[in-house]
Amino acid sequence: MRPSAAVRGTLRALALAATLTSPAFAADPIKIGSVVSATGPAAFLGDPEARTLKLYVDALNKKGGLLGRPVELVLYDDGGDANKARTFATRLIEDDKVVAMAGGTSTGSTMAMIPVFEEAKVPFVSFAGGIEIVEPVRAFVFKTPHTDKTACQKIFEDMKARGFTKIGMISGTDGFGKSMRGQCLKVVGDYGITILADESYGAADSDTTPQLNKIKNTPGIQAVLNPGFGQGPAIVTRNYAQLGITVPLYQSHGVASKSFITLAGPAAEGVRLPAPALLVADKLAAGDRQKPVVAAYKDSYEAATAQPISTFGGYAFDGIQLVVQAIEKAKSADPQKIRDALEATKDYVGVTGIYTMSPTDHLGLGTESFRMLQIKNGDWVLETPGQ
Amino acid sequence: MAEVMAEFLQLAFSGLTVGAVYALVALGFTLIYNASDVINFAQGDFVMIGGMGTVFLTAAGIALPLAALIAIIGTVIVGLLLHRFAIQPARGASPVALIMITIGASIFIKGVAQVVFDKQFHSLPAFSGDTPIAIGGATILPQSLWVVGGALVLVVALYMFLEHTLLGKAVLATAANRLAARLVGINVTIVLALAFGVSAAIGAVAGVLVTPITLTRYDLGTLFALKGFAAAMVGGMGNPMGAVVGGLLIGLMEAFGAGYISSTYKDAVAFIAILVVLFFMPRGLFGGRSVERV
Repeated sequence: MRPSAAVRGTLRALALAATLTSPAFAADPIKIGSVVSATGPAAFLGDPEARTLKLYVDALNKKGGLLGRPVELVLYDDGGDANKARTFATRLIEDDKVVAMAGGTSTGSTMAMIPVFEEAKVPFVSFAGGIEIVEPVRAFVFKTPHTDKTACQKIFEDMKARGFTKIGMISGTDGFGKSMRGQCLKVVGDYGITILADESYGAADSDTTPQLNKIKNTPGIQAVLNPGFGQGPAIVTRNYAQLGITVPLYQSHGVASKSFITLAGPAAEGVRLPAPALLVADKLAAGDRQKPVVAAYKDSYEAATAQPISTFGGYAFDGIQLVVQAIEKAKSADPQKIRDALEATKDYVGVTGIYTMSPTDHLGLGTESFRMLQIKNGDWVLETPGQ
Repeated sequence: MAEVMAEFLQLAFSGLTVGAVYALVALGFTLIYNASDVINFAQGDFVMIGGMGTVFLTAAGIALPLAALIAIIGTVIVGLLLHRFAIQPARGASPVALIMITIGASIFIKGVAQVVFDKQFHSLPAFSGDTPIAIGGATILPQSLWVVGGALVLVVALYMFLEHTLLGKAVLATAANRLAARLVGINVTIVLALAFGVSAAIGAVAGVLVTPITLTRYDLGTLFALKGFAAAMVGGMGNPMGAVVGGLLIGLMEAFGAGYISSTYKDAVAFIAILVVLFFMPRGLFGGRSVERV
């Protein structure tokens, strides 16, 4: 059972009292806030995020903290509720007086919290996927995960290299599926690809054979793309195999976790998808710049939690790491200076990708941060483009 | 022409499989409603417990049939506890209050399931493999046959129980008139507990059968409760035959709606059908019994 907010608050106060009286840390702690969905429907995202944040901040404090001061993580659980997220955001600003925020599990909760941090002029690094978080650019808002747009571009690049020009699409009607479908439709023209069938399914649907059957019966389709998230893509993949559709199936980064292979079973064989390097940590080439970072995160996370890493925990790792680096670079815990340092992030090698931010780009990742994978024999296999 | 036929068959298979699940949930609604006038919104959670329980027991190394049996018994116990600690203490409360209690119980069960199980999606291996069976150009999974067959067996078994056993007749008698039933010596409390237990068992069996197809998670019950409720309403709340027909009808309409009209309006198709049915036949297709008691 998870401790209640009150219990956690008390514990935090006690921990704070302990650090204050301990001679090792003479200075006030640097407070970094976070609101994640550690419980509720988005718990499978928020839970690894919360664990990663705690793990990282503990490790940081053991190494002596930041600028000679301890780091205090003020972590709240919004339970997947955007209203709660906003309340906690206000609390982080008004009561906890954090200098930066690394959190926001879903695009919904992030969007609800943005006005609070923008108004307070406190930098906010989000762990959510939606492109609307950083487009248009807001002065104090950054994010770590790839956007749907980058994923669409990566997939279309791969399709183009293979000579696929006519495709079918089947998207989930949840936030993720809808947003990714929109982004894909926007960029698909750049690659000379036409979408001949555009189907959808409900996020909780247990059968998608009617929609897939329509795609199957559309002549000329060379590949099918399924922007989706949760169990939907697993069901689509199973139905795809059931109907005996032979053209390649592309999934999105939304299913980039081992549980997708488990859920979809043998039907997942041959499915292609873009994914961050974290997913194939042990398969990266020896010279890969991300390899040491990814391996270190994987080892420490799996040792501490006895759970396999997920890309979502990786977003949190990069988020808090970006904030910490910005504080180090700014040599100050002043929110404005942290923001400026964040925006000047250059060539930071994270587990999700290599970030280079600018005043017009508060994400700083390109399509090269995705790796194209194929599922073979129940495992991921790195693909080289055009193969 | 062959292609048109194949598409029709494919949609029909899809609709029947999904519809059979809705029918089983609707059957659970019906049984409890008949015995107690309560619409039990925790019915979908019985499906979840059956599926999740089997998943975790098989993961612990117990053979599938035994795991399924234990999960079903476990679900029945949950059903009985629900009756004993949530419904029975509130007897005499208005049906609306009782419905709210079941919604609360449903939220409670989901919360406990998150802790006892976990928050991830899970699946079971299909009972007879994953190789699709081709019929007339369309394909159906062997597991779908299990679902439809299982639904059939349960419906027949429930019918036999209600019509041909003394205990079953006691349930029907309680449904018809609780006071009169008590006067002729039927222990109404036991009958109500029985209704909850049997409903839980039906839900759990449905859960075991569908998990290889639909996958399962702690919050799966909500969707099944809504669709099952809709099926029970279309068929006529309180009529077992209606529940089955309503479930299959909604499953088929969803499949044909998605296949022939547009997948965007898939859910709307079912709800429009409910509106039409309720508008012209306010008691559902098979509902004859007056629901008002004076």
